[in-house]
Amino acid sequence: MKRAFTSLVGAVIEAWQELRVHRTRVLLSLIGVAVAVCSLTTVVALGGIVQQANEELSERQSGRPASLFVSAYSTGGTAIDSATMDATWAETLARYDISYGSRVMQTAQAVPFTTGVVDVQTQAVDQPYGEMHRVRLTEGEWFTADDAAGLAPALVVNQIFWERLGSPELRTHPTVELGAQGGRPGTTAVIVGVYPVASYETDPAMFMLADQLSAMTAARPSAAVQDPYGGGGGGSTQYEMWVPPAISDQLMEVVRRDFTSALANPGGGTGDVQVDVYRQDYAQYGDDPFLVTKLVVGGIAVLVLLLGALGLVNIALVTVKQRVREIGIRRSFGATAGRVFFSVMMESVVATIAAGAAGVVASVLLVQNPWTMNLIGQGLVSDFPPFPAEAALIGLVAATAVGALAGLLPALVAVRVKVIDAIRY
Amino acid sequence: MSLLELRDVTRTVIPPDQPALTILNGVDLTVEPGDRISIVGRSGSGKSTLLNLLGLLDMPTSGLLTFDDRPVASYSGAARDRVRGAQIGFVFQQFNLLPGRTALENVAMPLLYAEGRSFWRRKKLAAEMLEEVGLGNRMESMPDRLSGGEQQRVAIARSLVRGPRLILADEPTGALDLDTGSSVMQLIDDVATRTGAALVTITHDPAIAARARDHFRLDRGVLTRAESAELAAASEAVS
Repeated sequence: MKRAFTSLVGAVIEAWQELRVHRTRVLLSLIGVAVAVCSLTTVVALGGIVQQANEELSERQSGRPASLFVSAYSTGGTAIDSATMDATWAETLARYDISYGSRVMQTAQAVPFTTGVVDVQTQAVDQPYGEMHRVRLTEGEWFTADDAAGLAPALVVNQIFWERLGSPELRTHPTVELGAQGGRPGTTAVIVGVYPVASYETDPAMFMLADQLSAMTAARPSAAVQDPYGGGGGGSTQYEMWVPPAISDQLMEVVRRDFTSALANPGGGTGDVQVDVYRQDYAQYGDDPFLVTKLVVGGIAVLVLLLGALGLVNIALVTVKQRVREIGIRRSFGATAGRVFFSVMMESVVATIAAGAAGVVASVLLVQNPWTMNLIGQGLVSDFPPFPAEAALIGLVAATAVGALAGLLPALVAVRVKVIDAIRY
Repeated sequence: MSLLELRDVTRTVIPPDQPALTILNGVDLTVEPGDRISIVGRSGSGKSTLLNLLGLLDMPTSGLLTFDDRPVASYSGAARDRVRGAQIGFVFQQFNLLPGRTALENVAMPLLYAEGRSFWRRKKLAAEMLEEVGLGNRMESMPDRLSGGEQQRVAIARSLVRGPRLILADEPTGALDLDTGSSVMQLIDDVATRTGAALVTITHDPAIAARARDHFRLDRGVLTRAESAELAAASEAVS
């Protein structure tokens, strides 16, 4: 036991002396390892962040897991009354205590800008939509219950819309005239929030509350909903709820049943009603939708590490050949083959752990800076994850493994040194 | 009880695609504690192979090699390494100091393979040994800052720091001028006498060989005892 302890301490001292004496060589060889570990850790970390960004973008477009969409149409040719559909929707949300539910209507509203009147793509939604789709705002805030009660419709506009108005301060309650055209007055709406746009977007767009759109339409028929998908009645409105994934399948069944029951004989006619409840979020098929991304990223990371390891093995082998005489001298003064093996291994492992730590630190600095985040997120990711701990761990474990593997071959060469030949080398 | 003994030792090597080559043939040699033995021989006579066997770095092809009357063949590889580290000190022709390490670190190096107090007090022991060889003021000097004679003194201190019972000197003055070589040999003699260690000097220099009490000649793998007078004459002829 004593011998093992002194051997361990002795090997560490030898390794340290070796690193100190050959610091230039060690430093040069370790730069490769540090770069490899930095690349590996960065690729793993960026993979996690890109995944988060993709998830957020998917959630923004098609909702968070699990988002259920309800649609209904009459097979008898009779349109389903919007009011009936809305009432059934409200009853269903209340019955199952679902807090996150929203109607979504696609429309276009004429908005006068200084450059002319533009038909602005508009989504009319209910208040929970913002949370359901992770709508992030750069200015102002998302709709509140007070906005629904306001006389003037509230708008949440995109950055392009806001900038075309000259980026007015929201605390001044900037307004626009919806539907104003050719001197005819429109409906005055108040901008309460601004959301960012992706770098590829060029057109103004906005959200407004569905109830306010309905009220505006009732008061001014020219503002009627333009349904890009055609159809009539309730078909122009999408109904969306965000529910726990664990009970989504069960809910789909009961919601379909309830809607079918409530909408039977629409308009007093005799036709049947077809109700569809389905998921559209990215996790709807259960499989990991980012598996391919992860595999590609992981493959690149492993390749990078292998290249780093090959470089290290190469340098370590050349180094051992240069150190044959020294190894011979140590053997002649009592170093056992095991001790020489352990010392050479220790040199490699100690050095690569240090290089690995440096690589991980460099990776953290690289990944967690605003420029990188902006590049990946395109300004759209709100919940940027912290640097993944598993990426740092993978980096350090990989560095240790590379050190052990890179040390193995030179260590085997070292123990095969013929002592007297080495000394006379 | 002999310290080291070779009985009818033969060492044969088989070069690739060639017949077996006998390097040492029927060598008999007994080294007792405190002995002073010199072995002279020309290049290619088998001196290095004999040094390997004496230093427990190699095993004979046939014959018996014992250390402390125990057959060396009965030791494991690691046990042989430990016996070598604790009982045998090497002095080489080219000094073979570790580059980039100070004189003190070089002398302390063998103690990295020791155990107990010797391991933990290695710097103190190394410093004392350097004082003993007259280099107390050069402890922190790197080998390339020392003269040839000083480097060999460091090498001597390194070989003696673990208190070996056998010192193997391989051409210890080969890289030194006559005066320095003479003083280095005197130092090795003095330290060996003081510690009671046996000294085996392998050399091709009859003058160095003449300093020993027992003289041997190695010629084409055969070791024979040489007379002092014969060596003295050879030494005079060289000088």
